[in-house]
Amino acid sequence: MINFQYLRTTTAKSALALLSKDKNSKFLAGGTNLIDLMKRGVTAPEKLVDINHVPLKQIEQIGDKIVIGALASNTAVAENAIIKEKLPLLAMALNAGASAQLRNVATVGGNMMQRTRCGYFYDTEMPCNKRQPGSGCGALGGFNRMHAIFGTSDKCIAVHPSDMCVALIALDTIVVLASVKGERKISFKDFHRLAGDTPQLDNNLKADEMIIRLEISVNNLAKNSYYLKVRDRASYAFALVSVAAGMEISNNKITAIRLAMGGVAHKPWRLTASEDFLKGKEPSIENFKQAAKLAMTGAKGFGENDFKLQMAPNSIIEALTVAKSKA
Amino acid sequence: MEKRVLKDANDRVDGIYKVTGKAKYFAEYELPGLTYGVLVTSTITKGKITSLDTKAAEKAPGVVSVISHLNKPSAPAYEQEGGSPFKIFYTDKIFFNGQPIAIVVANTFERATYAASLVKVTYAKEDFNTDFEKAVTDVKAKKLQGQPEYKRGVENAYKTAEVKIEAKYHLPIETHNPMELHGIIADWRPNNQVTVYAKTQGVKATQGTIANVFKIPIENIQVNSEFVGGGFGMALRTWPLEIATVMASKHIAKPVKLVITRMQMFTMVGNRPAAVQTIGLGANKDGTLTGITHRAFGETSAYENFTEGVVNMAKFMYQCDNVNTQYTVVPVDLGVPIWMRGPGEATGAFALESAIDEMAHALDMDPLEFRIKNDPEKDQQRNKPFSDKNIKEAYRVGAQKIGWNERKNKPGSLIDGQWKYGFGVSIGVFNANRGRASVKGILKADGTLVLQSATSDIGPGTGTGMTLIASKLLGIPGDKIKFELGDSSLPPAPSQGGSATLSTVGSAVNDVCVSLKSTIAELAANSNMDATSNFVDVLKKNNLPQIEVTKQSQAGKEREDYSMYSFSIHFVKVKVHSLTGVVKVDKIVSVGDSGSIVSPKTARSQMVGGAVGGVGMALHEESIIDHRYGRYINNNFADYHVPVNADIPEIEVHFINKPDPYINPMGAKGMGEIALIGFSAAVANAVFNATGKRIRTLPITPDKVLAG
Repeated sequence: MINFQYLRTTTAKSALALLSKDKNSKFLAGGTNLIDLMKRGVTAPEKLVDINHVPLKQIEQIGDKIVIGALASNTAVAENAIIKEKLPLLAMALNAGASAQLRNVATVGGNMMQRTRCGYFYDTEMPCNKRQPGSGCGALGGFNRMHAIFGTSDKCIAVHPSDMCVALIALDTIVVLASVKGERKISFKDFHRLAGDTPQLDNNLKADEMIIRLEISVNNLAKNSYYLKVRDRASYAFALVSVAAGMEISNNKITAIRLAMGGVAHKPWRLTASEDFLKGKEPSIENFKQAAKLAMTGAKGFGENDFKLQMAPNSIIEALTVAKSKA
Repeated sequence: MEKRVLKDANDRVDGIYKVTGKAKYFAEYELPGLTYGVLVTSTITKGKITSLDTKAAEKAPGVVSVISHLNKPSAPAYEQEGGSPFKIFYTDKIFFNGQPIAIVVANTFERATYAASLVKVTYAKEDFNTDFEKAVTDVKAKKLQGQPEYKRGVENAYKTAEVKIEAKYHLPIETHNPMELHGIIADWRPNNQVTVYAKTQGVKATQGTIANVFKIPIENIQVNSEFVGGGFGMALRTWPLEIATVMASKHIAKPVKLVITRMQMFTMVGNRPAAVQTIGLGANKDGTLTGITHRAFGETSAYENFTEGVVNMAKFMYQCDNVNTQYTVVPVDLGVPIWMRGPGEATGAFALESAIDEMAHALDMDPLEFRIKNDPEKDQQRNKPFSDKNIKEAYRVGAQKIGWNERKNKPGSLIDGQWKYGFGVSIGVFNANRGRASVKGILKADGTLVLQSATSDIGPGTGTGMTLIASKLLGIPGDKIKFELGDSSLPPAPSQGGSATLSTVGSAVNDVCVSLKSTIAELAANSNMDATSNFVDVLKKNNLPQIEVTKQSQAGKEREDYSMYSFSIHFVKVKVHSLTGVVKVDKIVSVGDSGSIVSPKTARSQMVGGAVGGVGMALHEESIIDHRYGRYINNNFADYHVPVNADIPEIEVHFINKPDPYINPMGAKGMGEIALIGFSAAVANAVFNATGKRIRTLPITPDKVLAG
């Protein structure tokens, strides 16, 4: 094996100090993706800084905010009583992801940082601009059944694989980042990036930063929330298309609405045009259909994934219908 | 040996070992001085190796040796040029992407892995084609064949029938992917003594292959394979990677262990070959079948040929005077395929049983009724009676259990919100084999019986079945019987494949037990004991610590007089989501008509496993290749989908459980294959019944349902 140094730290401060010292270091949390990437030769960090013992596992409500530590496990979040009651959309999305064994070790921060599952990214014998900028995109003209239909570039059509992140973008989550210089907050929608000309960059986390926690404002969407994941098998499969839908309905009017999709873009894809359309309207099937249609503006298939152009709007309608019927 | 606990006489005899981790699989054996091999594989699809630089690898820490075509250790059978099979390290030619081209041996697995990454290879590339569907469309120019053409009555009679259908069905490559990775431990010692720990479906076959390649006496080779973590057919041959490991051990005079990676499981240990099939069916308006035409193209490799029984079923499964079949293999630049559970018959049954459903629909008949109407009285292909066939009873049992009376003949009739429900049925059939095997029985005065045979248990419960046969015949409780297998020094038996082990080896167990029983009776009579005396008393009275007997058993003339098959009927209820195209299997009823059931629990497990495999074949399994590069894209367990528990509904298994009067002394027929054969068609037929969409390309994924 390729040798690397393994370090363990118990504070965020020392973790950040170790990171800033060495450009080729990586944090190791659950390791469910990073270890695979190392085994496949996609990444070869010289130092692995194990942060599993850094106390960032809190899940709590502080005032009107729910705070989730970056190292809380996917299972811990999905099964937390506060999350289940107040943010069921997040719990549903988490439970739709991976397998029970993976969720037990995978962390919130690691989930956000996971790389695409595009097969060309993992095979070092094939072209991939994300792995090796300038080598080309294997998925263009190749196997692209799982790939993006929104916000693609001629450099990369990969999708972000997370379910959790689809719920988080829908929930207007704030991401708290830290470096040796201090903390900063960014909106979840600004955390991940589109591929553009720099597909090697998945997100806007700076090289010397770490994710500390998430902050989510308590909302009134809990009653009418649903996460729909359409996939090739019932568990342990990435989304063909997924939809996070949350509504607040009063007097047969949609007073608040959050809608996002997964499996369709290089980042979790928020459907703001559909939200704007539905706000203040009746939660009717006709309006859902119109919202789904609006969501598809600019969508583009690449051959094998053309079916998503039909599956995506259908799934939006289905997710909204189920979310509505939950109350 | 630790005492085994059988709570129930029918319990799996090795179950406790398997669930407690005490069962020892090939990779778990520790030998003094064991070294670790890692394969370097081709990154091009076709061409020649022009240089292979091993200097850096050889200098890497812990490396013992790097073996390739440059320093090939002696393997006499490989010395002459050309021919098939592929001779590892005796060629610089590349036949497929992922072909093993060197083995790096080091003192740890990690060091061997690292050193393998340092081997530098250059190639002269040639044009290639890995796209089977494309190869099939180009095939007309070439003369190829897989099986002789078969014709009964008028060729293509379906074309002039009152009602006719013609349809084309596509099956992708599937990869066996047992949990246990493939590999071997080889220990070549002085004087050409060789011990291997193998993952094999046939210890005698592995022994024979090694003897042939290295031209050493067969008795020099000891093959051990007590536990196998799933085979499904992929361990029915000794693969080049195993020969490479034996070569490496011979070369360095140390034991070498090789366990390949999951990715390598896709390229170097076979696959279910892709197939394109056309079926034409003709019938009278009253539902009488008047013509069956089944033409199939099957994938093979460019460097070795592989054929299987894709078109067998069409020849005898339905009463029909006019049948013609054609099976052609088409080479592509991929690793050679191998039988995968159900093998070619499962491929063929997907097409034929889908077509039968299409014809029933064209006739506006219940597909079950249509099958019953065309159920054959005798085997028209061989012009012989069936030894035993209870299909009509199996239909009745299964139809009742699945709730067939809820089914509507008009597709799309059963709707609940966005879900549409449908029912499907299909037949599975496979030759009820019986080969030749020997078993040794040692009956001991301590009340125990040891049975020995060089057969295998890849999971079906061979030891359990054999124990139950002996227990029934001799009245000895199962926990006093030990069946030893997976050891090439034991009396010979064929490889475990083609659903034949219980029939073949079980018959020899039967003969051994009958013989032991009569010896005990003779001894009892000679010592003036009652004929019903316990064998322990008889042996003690005669001062015998044990008696032993070895019997060889094989089929006789009955196979000339009768046509022998195992049958299954699969009933499936599905629901299909109108908006997302997701298919959920809602209920499964599989009925086995395979003679007497010797081992009820493991027989049921076989049927359950077959149904799960069938759901995979129908809805999930597909090995995807980027034909521009000739490389697999989804070569891991996250992307190559097999069903998970959440995909599997309640599975009901029923057996007709009537002895076949002719097959063997137990009246029992194999069922490993029939558990899977036809299942995928039952799912496709149910999807059609739910939606009116006929999907002829497996797997039936949501995108196909939406598009269909």
